[in-house]
Amino acid sequence: MAEPVKLIGAVGSPFTHRAEAALRLKGVPYELIHEDLDNKSELLLRLNPLNKTVPVLLHGDRAICESLVIVQYIDEAFDGPPLLPEEPYDRATTARFWAHFMEHKFSMPFWMALWLDGEPQKGFVREARENLALLEEHLQAQGKKFLAGDSVGYPDLAGSYIPLMLDMFKELSGTSLMGDDEYPAVRQWVKEYNSDEAVKSCLTNKEQLAAYFRVKKDKYKMMVKAMLKQQ
Amino acid sequence: MAAGDDLKLIGAWPSPFVTRVKLAPSFKGLSFENVEEDISNKSELLLSSNPVHKKVPVLLHHGKPICESVVIVQYIDAWADPGTGPSLLSSDPHERAVARFWAAYIDDKLVASWMQSFRGKTEEEKSEGTKQMFAAVETLEGALRECSKGEGYFGGESVGLVDVSLGSLLSWLKATEMMSGAKIFDPVKTPLLAAWVERFGELDGAKTALPDVDRVVEFAKMRQAQAAAAAAASEN
Repeated sequence: MAEPVKLIGAVGSPFTHRAEAALRLKGVPYELIHEDLDNKSELLLRLNPLNKTVPVLLHGDRAICESLVIVQYIDEAFDGPPLLPEEPYDRATTARFWAHFMEHKFSMPFWMALWLDGEPQKGFVREARENLALLEEHLQAQGKKFLAGDSVGYPDLAGSYIPLMLDMFKELSGTSLMGDDEYPAVRQWVKEYNSDEAVKSCLTNKEQLAAYFRVKKDKYKMMVKAMLKQQ
Repeated sequence: MAAGDDLKLIGAWPSPFVTRVKLAPSFKGLSFENVEEDISNKSELLLSSNPVHKKVPVLLHHGKPICESVVIVQYIDAWADPGTGPSLLSSDPHERAVARFWAAYIDDKLVASWMQSFRGKTEEEKSEGTKQMFAAVETLEGALRECSKGEGYFGGESVGLVDVSLGSLLSWLKATEMMSGAKIFDPVKTPLLAAWVERFGELDGAKTALPDVDRVVEFAKMRQAQAAAAAAASEN
């Protein structure tokens, strides 16, 4: 009998989404445990004492932390459509490389551009746009629906914060990241991601998500200003 | 060692990320050609192999590029003939997840805080970096206890992904100890790690791949002098 799978996550967390979408894509049944990040549960603090963050995957009695580590675990521990290409070179170059890009190079300027104002914001918008151009180039050169093939995979999940938040970028940040006719391949990728059946089945309602971020806006603005001072 | 491995590593000897990539084939018994890059004057080969980041290390396998040290190490591990040496990652998905978690922790927390302690713009920033670095080392002591299961390495009986990730930093961490006078791997506070440092350093693969500590100290002092000169120049 299969061991139970539980996912501890929070509404609005793009990291939780990565793990949840992976479970849906693999067809793994799971129970979602909602965590209130302002009032963290005993369970979360016990399972992830180091970082105290969501998501945490519980498979039987094994806890796995860090969203991208979780996604890779889900791919390897369960049967179902592969989230990474089989061939070692493709795994390394398209899948892992672009996942790393999404996580380490793109996410920071994107997040900073979202919450900062004035001159600092402009700098990060510029950087985010440079990254968009690189992404556009890759998508056009590859000519597939998603970042590493024709189905949603590891790098798409790593970059899923973009399809999740692009629509509300202008409202939350007060500025635009891309014009309507810019980066067509990226726009198409966003559309494909949001239309995927498995992804759709676990996407938070857009209105709920936007409402969540509106409430958190001031808090995030303060956090990024503090982060900026440290650089 | 297979002839036709055709592995070429574009790197720079001071970079711990380059060292990380050198460690992997060393432990797997693979040979590779080392191409030393002048970071201040990047070659066409580097720029065309890694157009997105323009950074070392880049591994060329039969001329095809693979970038990002952690990606390269996993590639080498997955591709190399199992007969050449034990796998750096367990076949058990949960153990793999634990290894990946700690490898990410080393880069996100230890490397980041160590860099801040070195390159911080103010004394306050630097000392905050140092504080966080020591906290990260203490956490890794616990990780070693958990992962090693009484054996000598994070990978258990043999070297694994986490040993390679941490091991790649050893020359720089030892250089930092020499320059600051503070012990990072204190045998009293972090006995398992202190023993691991000795053990890892004795491995043939480590001796081949890790740069000489004195050379790193010299390089670090030169870099610090350059940074100080640049700061002084910009204030005038």
